[in-house]
Amino acid sequence: MTPVYEPWNADRGAEIIAQHARLEGATLVILHALQEAFGYVPEPAIPMIASALNLSRAEVHGVFTFYHDFRREPAGRHVLKLCRAEACQAAGGDALAARAAAKLGIAIGNTTADDRVTLEPIYCLGLCATAPSAMLDGRVVGRLDEARIDALVAEAQR
Amino acid sequence: MTLRIFVSRDAGAVAVGADEVALVLGLAAGQRGIEIEIIRTGSRGLYWLEPMIEVATSQGRIAYGPVTEFNASSVLDAIISDGPHPLRLGVTDEIPWLKRQTRLTFARCGVIDPRSLEDYRAHDGYKGLERALTLTSDAILADVTASGLRGRGGAGFPTGIKWKTVAQTSADRKYIVCNADEGDSGTFADRMIMEGDPLVVIEGMTIAAITVGATKGYIYIRSEYPHAVEAMNAAIAAAKRAGYLGARVGGSPHSFDLEVRVGAGAYVCGEETSLLESLEGRRGIVRAKPPLPAHKGLFGKPTVINNVLSFAAIPFILAGGAKAYADFGMGRSRGTMPIQLAGNVKRGGLFEVAFGITLGELVDDVGGGTFTGRPVRAVQVGGPLGAYFPRALFDTPFDYEAFAARDGLIGHGGIVVFDDSVDMSKQARFAMEFCAIESCGKCTPCRIGSTRGVETIDKIRAGDRVPENIAVIEDLCNTMKFGSLCALGGFTPYPVMSALKHFREDFGAAPPRLQAAE
Repeated sequence: MTPVYEPWNADRGAEIIAQHARLEGATLVILHALQEAFGYVPEPAIPMIASALNLSRAEVHGVFTFYHDFRREPAGRHVLKLCRAEACQAAGGDALAARAAAKLGIAIGNTTADDRVTLEPIYCLGLCATAPSAMLDGRVVGRLDEARIDALVAEAQR
Repeated sequence: MTLRIFVSRDAGAVAVGADEVALVLGLAAGQRGIEIEIIRTGSRGLYWLEPMIEVATSQGRIAYGPVTEFNASSVLDAIISDGPHPLRLGVTDEIPWLKRQTRLTFARCGVIDPRSLEDYRAHDGYKGLERALTLTSDAILADVTASGLRGRGGAGFPTGIKWKTVAQTSADRKYIVCNADEGDSGTFADRMIMEGDPLVVIEGMTIAAITVGATKGYIYIRSEYPHAVEAMNAAIAAAKRAGYLGARVGGSPHSFDLEVRVGAGAYVCGEETSLLESLEGRRGIVRAKPPLPAHKGLFGKPTVINNVLSFAAIPFILAGGAKAYADFGMGRSRGTMPIQLAGNVKRGGLFEVAFGITLGELVDDVGGGTFTGRPVRAVQVGGPLGAYFPRALFDTPFDYEAFAARDGLIGHGGIVVFDDSVDMSKQARFAMEFCAIESCGKCTPCRIGSTRGVETIDKIRAGDRVPENIAVIEDLCNTMKFGSLCALGGFTPYPVMSALKHFREDFGAAPPRLQAAE
């Protein structure tokens, strides 16, 4: 299922920030909520968070850039995450990751030119006994082989 | 009579088609005019048999697996006619792989409906809290200490001592924090218990709260585990509705509230002080200790921070099982350990067993060797920061001290199996690379050392001044081990040095595959 995001809107952003601003240690909660709504964390949201939480803009920027999850721009329509950690390596994950990258014509960590697919590494989905594993837009898939990874890539390209 | 069929909703089962199997079973039953109730449980942990389905019969539950959406209706026919089927595994509790285990923490996982508080209570749930509410704080601490429970996150610190420190520290506010940032590859026990028996984690945290006098708790779950987040949130809501969380816990004067917080893809946040920083809404930068979190933890307040499995072990211990728990195990490693078999292994899954079982028994006997059928060459125990063990060390018993004596660690209990096609210099390089990607950047040995490590291993792999560069790696590992602030930089030398020590032949020449291609 293709995730649907709202276009950035400062009023809507302010509303989301206000919803969570009173929580203890709210910064990550707000960043997650913004990304869930807009698909990424738009740059103008950073000073808005800072002012709502009485932090400096640099502090919020520092948090935003520390964590791998937060995006500064929208991802492709589909996000395919391939587990690259040891258990999946042991089960042949490296070759499958290379195969997916070749099929999409991009290196891992990039988005196809038509903005359809973002291919990302993930360090462990906790599906280590059904390795190699992947996640397509939040749906988990295990026991990958060449046929299954090809099917996943084709699904992501649709 | 309504057929009661159990299908796992565990992410590991869903990833191999459990949802589709449940769907087909429902449709096929409708076509056959059979009344059926499908109960979505957690996983029993026999992942090579997932999706495994079970049917309630007069002899107990009977299992079938691995079921697919294509053969689910034939399995249903066999269930209805009580006839034979190639996927029939017999009575679940009699499956040798399960029967050999000692399931204390995972007793309910895969058995009950994780969304149902009634089901939890019907299977001895909340007995630990009910007894704890009749005891003094000191008496609870005595039970936890007597059980010999040590932190299951990896460090193995005695849980009783940690709790006692927080109980004795006075403050206007105290916190309970559950570390569910299970980032180690090859480990999935936290995910499984949160998805399959989330209330046991909540009960364990609640007992901790009444013991030390905390009123607020957080479960910090990694974002890679969306199913666990959903399951924990549902369980917290159920516990609140039933009065087990909130202003008067179980009708007592204690108040305790619980909230899930989601991580954002930083491995280092599994380190406890980094996790606390992250919970406070900051970069996950490691704190220097002291002060210990037990004195100054979350928001500077005394905090009990334990791993999911430590909290999940508590209800059994408090339900009168302290001595029974301590009777299992060996040396200073008491009780049971939920061990996770993963990677290239024939029978992968969760195997909870008393400490003392050897690595060889686990890999060859329980795991059945590799699924590729090739010989086992190496196993990594304890995640990305754990050592690689060769077959020569397979007599090592699963025990904190025995692993430490062989320059390894049991960590969170994950075992990743590799066959003989593995290139160990590549694995050593990955350990350094992973450390470089995930370093929080606070201390130099970890931040710079890991990047220099990758470069130096690349030189070794290219055959450039091999003995000199190996000496550099050894020196670098020594600096990282003793000079890093936390386990990320401090333990990355374990996989690197063990690969170098036990698999020296993989370091120094061009990789074998490359040579063959020339």
